[in-house]
Amino acid sequence: MTERETIPSEAPASGVPDVPPTRLPGDEAAREPWSRPIGRRTVLSLLGLGALGTLFGSHVQAGISSVLDSLHAGSVASVLPGGGQFTIYTITDGYPAAPKDYRLRVDGLVRNPLSLTVAELQSLPATRLTRDFQCVTGWEVSNVHWAGVRLVDLAEQAGADLSAGAFHLTSFDGAYTESLTLEQARETGAIAAYSMLGAPVTREHGGPVRLYVPEMFGYKSIKWLSRIELVRHAEPGYWERNGYPVDAWISGQAPGQAA
Amino acid sequence: MSATQVSAEHSRQRVILRFDRVERTVHWVNALLFLVLILTGAALYFTPLIALVGRRMLIEQIHLYVGLSLPLPLLLGATAGWGRTLRRDVGRINRWSEEDMRWLRGLVDAASGRPQAAARPRLGKFNPGQKLNAAFVAGGGLVMLGTGALLRWYVPFPLSWRAGATFVHNWLAAAFVVLILGHIAFALADREALRAMLRGRVSRAWAAAHAPAWLDGSDDR
Repeated sequence: MTERETIPSEAPASGVPDVPPTRLPGDEAAREPWSRPIGRRTVLSLLGLGALGTLFGSHVQAGISSVLDSLHAGSVASVLPGGGQFTIYTITDGYPAAPKDYRLRVDGLVRNPLSLTVAELQSLPATRLTRDFQCVTGWEVSNVHWAGVRLVDLAEQAGADLSAGAFHLTSFDGAYTESLTLEQARETGAIAAYSMLGAPVTREHGGPVRLYVPEMFGYKSIKWLSRIELVRHAEPGYWERNGYPVDAWISGQAPGQAA
Repeated sequence: MSATQVSAEHSRQRVILRFDRVERTVHWVNALLFLVLILTGAALYFTPLIALVGRRMLIEQIHLYVGLSLPLPLLLGATAGWGRTLRRDVGRINRWSEEDMRWLRGLVDAASGRPQAAARPRLGKFNPGQKLNAAFVAGGGLVMLGTGALLRWYVPFPLSWRAGATFVHNWLAAAFVVLILGHIAFALADREALRAMLRGRVSRAWAAAHAPAWLDGSDDR
């Protein structure tokens, strides 16, 4: 037997005697009340809902987040889409553990390279921030507490050369790199953070030390930070070589340039 | 061949073809693509799985390209001469008859404990649940494609759209998982229907019980 469906009739519609000869195209639904294109309507409705959700879903998401916040339903929120929690990314094969002899190095175009333990970093003048974390893919965590040392303070401490124009940042995960110009670091108040969410930065969140850059998308806030190198010009980091903008302003432009 | 001849021929056969080779191939390629999308999607989303799998860029690329290729099996399967049966079935899935509406009302009546009509609705090749499932997969799949593409090529779009697209993509993914689990449960509950998607054929008895209007050819107007 050949693989052809043999029922119902294979005769063309025009050859079937009980089809009205005066059928107008597009008029079938009106003439034949037994047949409605509900499949097509379902597809079109879903497309409409999808578009509405894309345009206005951020408000719904904010509503869900605030309801979950007020219920203190953190465990529910951590699983639900749009629960206002972190989705914790990594680009290597897991969340890397810090080496036992971890040091944060500050070097490059400096007179006095630094190699700091976490305790030594914590002994420097601290900057505390309560700011949102905004992922480039759209999710956001509001009012995150951060504490750390400003990049520009570290550059000053190390005696940055006048020729230095940017930071090149390296992660001990072996793959993640980032960059920030000196001016952007000054303007945003970016910090090498050792505290996040009111506690030491956890391994998943990039501990013991990660970057936090206010006013820029999350991919700028490199995790598992191990080296801060002062260089002449900013060069694209890991995500930026993969298509993300080097200037990662959430608002689309530097705050100073806002009209 | 006239309809009477077809019926006569089929009354001699004990099994009839429900899904041809093209339809079965499209179904199982789709199933494989959905499986990859769900697994890679989960590995991008759930922290414990991210810890286990990692390699975000690679997983993203797989998720992206498998997602973009999702419409291809159906489009290829519905073209040219080999796509005749599939195209006709798409038409059947699109159109709802009065009998379909009656079937749906019967479900509502049964759920609310009201007495049901005596006569069983004479359904065609697909019941309204299957029709809704297919329409949801088609429409929802397009929405996933659109929101996913927006998230990948996000630069021209305002942040609130991206947040909205993430919101839609994540919730719809959850809905898809529920839908697919239900789809598998129904398939396992009716082995003959499942066998039709594996080997193509069903018995006349099955067709008479589940799809009488298909068996007598009256659902293909």
